[in-house]
Amino acid sequence: MWNWIVAILSDPNTRWILLGCLLLGFSSGIIGSFTFLRRQSLMGDTLAHAALPGICIAFMLTETKSVGLFLFGALVAGIVATFGISWITRYSRIKQDAAMGIVLTVFFGIGVVMLTRIQHGASGSQSGLDKYLFGQAASMVMTDVYVMGSVCLVLLIACLAWFKEFKLVSFDPGFARGMGLPVAMLEQLILLLTVIAVVAGIQAVGVVLVAALLVTPAAAARCWTDSLALMVLLAGVFGALSGATGTIFSTLVPNLPTGPVTVLAATVLFAGSALLAPRRGLLARRLRSIQAKSAYLREERATLQTISAQRAQQERGEL
Amino acid sequence: MATFWIILTAILVSSACAILGCFLILRRMALVGDAISHAVLPGIAIAFLWSGSRDSLWMLLGATVFGLLTVFFIQSLQAGGLSSDASIGIVFTALFAVGVILISLNAQHIDLDLDCVLFGEIAYVQWDTLTLGGTDVGPRAVWMLGITLLVILLVIGLFYKQFKLCAFDPALAAACGIPVVLFHYLLMGLVSMTSVASFESVGSILVVGMLIVPAATAYLLTDRLGKMILYSVLVGAASSVGGYIMAYALDASIAGCMVAVAGILFVLALLLSPKHGIVFRYARRKFAAR
Repeated sequence: MWNWIVAILSDPNTRWILLGCLLLGFSSGIIGSFTFLRRQSLMGDTLAHAALPGICIAFMLTETKSVGLFLFGALVAGIVATFGISWITRYSRIKQDAAMGIVLTVFFGIGVVMLTRIQHGASGSQSGLDKYLFGQAASMVMTDVYVMGSVCLVLLIACLAWFKEFKLVSFDPGFARGMGLPVAMLEQLILLLTVIAVVAGIQAVGVVLVAALLVTPAAAARCWTDSLALMVLLAGVFGALSGATGTIFSTLVPNLPTGPVTVLAATVLFAGSALLAPRRGLLARRLRSIQAKSAYLREERATLQTISAQRAQQERGEL
Repeated sequence: MATFWIILTAILVSSACAILGCFLILRRMALVGDAISHAVLPGIAIAFLWSGSRDSLWMLLGATVFGLLTVFFIQSLQAGGLSSDASIGIVFTALFAVGVILISLNAQHIDLDLDCVLFGEIAYVQWDTLTLGGTDVGPRAVWMLGITLLVILLVIGLFYKQFKLCAFDPALAAACGIPVVLFHYLLMGLVSMTSVASFESVGSILVVGMLIVPAATAYLLTDRLGKMILYSVLVGAASSVGGYIMAYALDASIAGCMVAVAGILFVLALLLSPKHGIVFRYARRKFAAR
């Protein structure tokens, strides 16, 4: 067991991928906690799809395949998408979920149109672009890990700096507004941080699965604690754990893609948490209800016994 | 002829999706369609590995089973106290991951391309034809989608009142003795069936787009469910035709263009709808102020 872990870690390439996935899982777990509490878990999915036209425009304008440039394009598209969603929900009777669905599909549709334009165009090679649909953690190199590391750092610092504000906005926006906090700006800030996490994640796990990195570790962490600080930390740890598991398994088995394994690892962690967590877990709740039931039955039996004993006494007295 | 088949296929997909989409929008489950259309991937993969053929019937069956499983898992997580968006996110990403793993592990043995399943190309519809008794009766996709649309029309038509009540007021529906859960699964079953029937031939973007965007556009135009369904189908059909023309002009993905046109129509409705549009509301407010 120990031997193969050492063997894996001795490969420098794998080490970089491992570190990248770890950081990615950690930072998305942290920011995911806030989107989870704000019931915007599917924002990750939406923004990941919406980033595609940004990536395509970045490629069309510059004709180069540079990761930094793609990330920038995706970031801009993601920000436009978040504004689109808030705009639609504010100015029409369309609810948030439908607004997210509309932005997701329309942006993605436009992205696919651009992708096929690039494919049919003279410049030809777009092979780097379709990697963004399914993610290619195995192609991560040192510079990508640096990018990931800085993203992680930015998210971490932002969440630490505005922890109290984010907490208030997540739990009670009305109260936060009453206290004079710039709620709309803070909400947009959380969305901006989400966009950053999503954009960083697309390269590793792909468009569809990036949503999981935001939701699943946060939901797993929620099972264990009622304290936000602890939940954020736990979500980060769960995310990092999933990333590491994904990397290690995918190096062991040929043809096993990293992204999906990472997601499944997170899902297993969630399932375990939902089952075993001490207070909110399924098992604990079932146990509590059984205990409550048996306590009730015991009490009832005791009452019945006293009643019948009294009655017997009365009957004896009458005799 | 190719143009005819492609547009016909697109209109069949968009009509089926547009009808179901209205109920999804009203029940605030717009993203369940997106989730189902991704979560059926393992169903398709398993059906393919098991039967060893790209026979549509098996895939349809496998995918429908997984579509219903998705709904079941989402419901169970919600019953456990998780919010609906988180339950959707957890379930469909996990199932999609299983599907991707199944396909990539067996990629050497089978000819089931990931891109192909998810981004099926509507331009190839005409070449995969169905032969009945020795005669060519047209594209297989048209038949499959036609039957799907017929089933949807039949089910929704038969239980229109029940679906309507469930969409607007589930509590009242339950009080009236309508089996709300059964109708929920029936609707979701139809959504999974549609997404799968369309998947292979037109890809998932078109399905998800047509489930949400035309219905949302129609929702801005009317307050009556019957009219909403009609408008939704019309918007879907208009997007199909408009998208084809746009794709022809741009030499780009047909499905992508159709969704893009649907998006343009949505923005138009958002701005110009007589009752709910931004422009008219703004004008009315100005007028009232004077």
